[in-house]
Amino acid sequence: MSLKTFDHGIHPSYNKELTNHKKIEKANLPKKVVIPLQQHIGAPCKPLVKKGDAVAEGQKIGEASAFVTSPVHSSISGKVKDIEKLPYPGGGKVLSVIIEGDGTAKEWGNGGIGLDLESLTSETLRNIIKEMGIVGMGGAAFPTHVKLSPPKEKKIDAFILNGCECEPYLTSDHRIMVEEPENVVWGMKALMKAAGVENGFIGIEENKSDAIEALEKVTRGSNIKVMSLETKYPQGAEKMLIKAVVGRKVPVGKLPMDVGVVVNNVGTAVAVYGAVKYSKPLIERVVTISGNGVKEPKNLLVRIGTSFEDVLNQCGGITKHGEREVLNGGPMMGIAQTTLDVPVIKGTSGITVLAGKEIKPSTYQPCIRCGSCVEVCPVNLMPYKLGDLGRLYRLDELKAWGGLVCIECGCCSYTCPSKRPLLHWIRVGKIKVREKEKV
Amino acid sequence: MERNDLKSMEDKTIDKLQEKPAQEKQIERLVVSSSPHFLRDENIHKIMHTVVLALLPAMAASVYFFGLRAAGLILVSVVSCLLTEYAVQKLREKPVTMWDGSAIITGILLALTLPPGFPYYAAALGSAFAIGIGKQLFGGLGYNIFNPALLGRAFLMATYPVLTTTWSEPLTKGVKAGVDAVSAATPLALMKFEGKMTSHLDMLFGNVAGSMGETSAIAILIGGLYLRYRGYINWKLPLGYLGSMAVFGGIFWLINPTKYPDPLFHILAGGAMLGAWFMVTDMVTSPVTPLGQWLFVICGGLLAVIIRLFGGLPEGVMYSILLMNAFVPLLDKHTRPKFFGEEM
Repeated sequence: MSLKTFDHGIHPSYNKELTNHKKIEKANLPKKVVIPLQQHIGAPCKPLVKKGDAVAEGQKIGEASAFVTSPVHSSISGKVKDIEKLPYPGGGKVLSVIIEGDGTAKEWGNGGIGLDLESLTSETLRNIIKEMGIVGMGGAAFPTHVKLSPPKEKKIDAFILNGCECEPYLTSDHRIMVEEPENVVWGMKALMKAAGVENGFIGIEENKSDAIEALEKVTRGSNIKVMSLETKYPQGAEKMLIKAVVGRKVPVGKLPMDVGVVVNNVGTAVAVYGAVKYSKPLIERVVTISGNGVKEPKNLLVRIGTSFEDVLNQCGGITKHGEREVLNGGPMMGIAQTTLDVPVIKGTSGITVLAGKEIKPSTYQPCIRCGSCVEVCPVNLMPYKLGDLGRLYRLDELKAWGGLVCIECGCCSYTCPSKRPLLHWIRVGKIKVREKEKV
Repeated sequence: MERNDLKSMEDKTIDKLQEKPAQEKQIERLVVSSSPHFLRDENIHKIMHTVVLALLPAMAASVYFFGLRAAGLILVSVVSCLLTEYAVQKLREKPVTMWDGSAIITGILLALTLPPGFPYYAAALGSAFAIGIGKQLFGGLGYNIFNPALLGRAFLMATYPVLTTTWSEPLTKGVKAGVDAVSAATPLALMKFEGKMTSHLDMLFGNVAGSMGETSAIAILIGGLYLRYRGYINWKLPLGYLGSMAVFGGIFWLINPTKYPDPLFHILAGGAMLGAWFMVTDMVTSPVTPLGQWLFVICGGLLAVIIRLFGGLPEGVMYSILLMNAFVPLLDKHTRPKFFGEEM
């Protein structure tokens, strides 16, 4: 059977064997958490607490009135120490609430309301998802309720759960699918009901056969189909996944809902399960800590706001000598951190630490027009050309050659034999184009 | 006074900024770069040296058929290319990259297109032109429009028209090597000027008069297939070029089989094999878009056949590739692939 997939893409070394057999462990209860008031795409939250306030675990501490936004909650119980701008793993500084814990933890599983899906309407479900601060947990952190509320004229007929996890090193979604497939499917059904969709698909790369097996068992006889997809990066990119699973191409500048599809991540489904069944806000998530710079790679269930340093220390710490690079996310799309004093946020699917020879060279050679960037680009761009246009700020041409179509997967930079930072140049160019268009 | 205030404010800001690292001194320095942070294990040196490796069978064949003088010519060309690369890069005050392998390839390819009896000094001159004018003048590796080796060869054709077309029989036919060797006509010249056809089998193995490295089709094919196996050439370039020659050559053959050679002759004779596997596939001077690549090889093959059959020269591979090289920027510009999700 030939596996479904998209055109082009790359086959990097996945290095998932470091953690893909390791059970998810509960991380230590942090003494202090730093909760950024903006962990999502959209409007930042306003703090609902002030310095000195006592807060309970799961209490809402930040909210905004906009539609595209998502509230944030305290992940521990304790006292607000301060509210200030602090380093954020997405880059820059964000207004954050610092909470000092009192050492107690709440049991969410027991004594929950145990809601029944049948009794809830789509609207109630969407409200719960919004109130509980659920965002896309694959990395982009787009507020989930927004995705589930398409305009009336857009008919949604397929729901896809993204279990690809195509980023090298990361195994958090993989472990979730293997360890709690029932909860994944429960959460998925809630999401499908909220979006009003009948047909569900779970897309999983075929290198996670145990996850495929587990989910097939749970979904047997239902309207959810598990699809095994080719192991290829970026299989988990929304547009690539839709192409692979239902064969539709999202037009340039349009959204998945324009082709009748809603995509959500496996991690999001589990968070929705907790939110709907036990009224548990998004206050913790599974994080893969991996890379050759980490002593003991692990999959940890970490409370939002725990510092990278704290998390890494629970994995034996990072390599002390030589060059090290700490990433929020995986090596293909992760963001390099300047300090370990940043918190785990809703979008932190992994912390990857690269060291020594795994760190890429900082020099590059001339383009020899080998064309491999053109061959791998999943959205059919000519990255070697776009890179130069971005580097030289030739913004009109960058746009004409499709710079804004770029999904920033990084296949071009990965494959370039001259080690040219193509994506970096394109990204800078895109930012400049957008700045120019705003003025 | 106002200015002083501003100045002191500025100073304070700077002080504050400078204090910061002191406060955070317990934090160790981390590498910060833009994603992706993970790159393929591939580089220019590896690609170029693999191409050199792939040229070994053709070089070995040239020595087998034409003697040690062939090795001498290759050596002279390569050394001249390397020295020119070094000298021009020094003059341009650019980093010296003579050992990246690309100059070695140019030297080998140029030598392989020369007649075995070609004088050393002329080979050195042609190589210097190939690198100096053909490559460095345009900005060095990656910026040249024309294939440097072919440009060097074209320069030699213009400078030494007689020397570049004086061929000798291979040693395997029992003649002496070197400049004193008996001159002989190539299969293409025999076809064109005397209407004689050469045996396909002789051309396949290289047992014919001609340029040192162009004669043995099979040696070139081995190298080309190795490159394909390593993933460094796109199959549509060599196969498309040879296929186009065979199709267009075949059309004329069908029209008049007694006057025009058959398709197999076209692809085995002259520089077709070397051109198809090592020059059409030159990354720098070939298009990167799928449609551009098809147009490049189809038009290239057609041009080669037309020059062979109707031009003043017996061989058209060199000019066909050089001419098509000139169109590469235009081909890339007008054959941009449709973006994912475009026009729906």
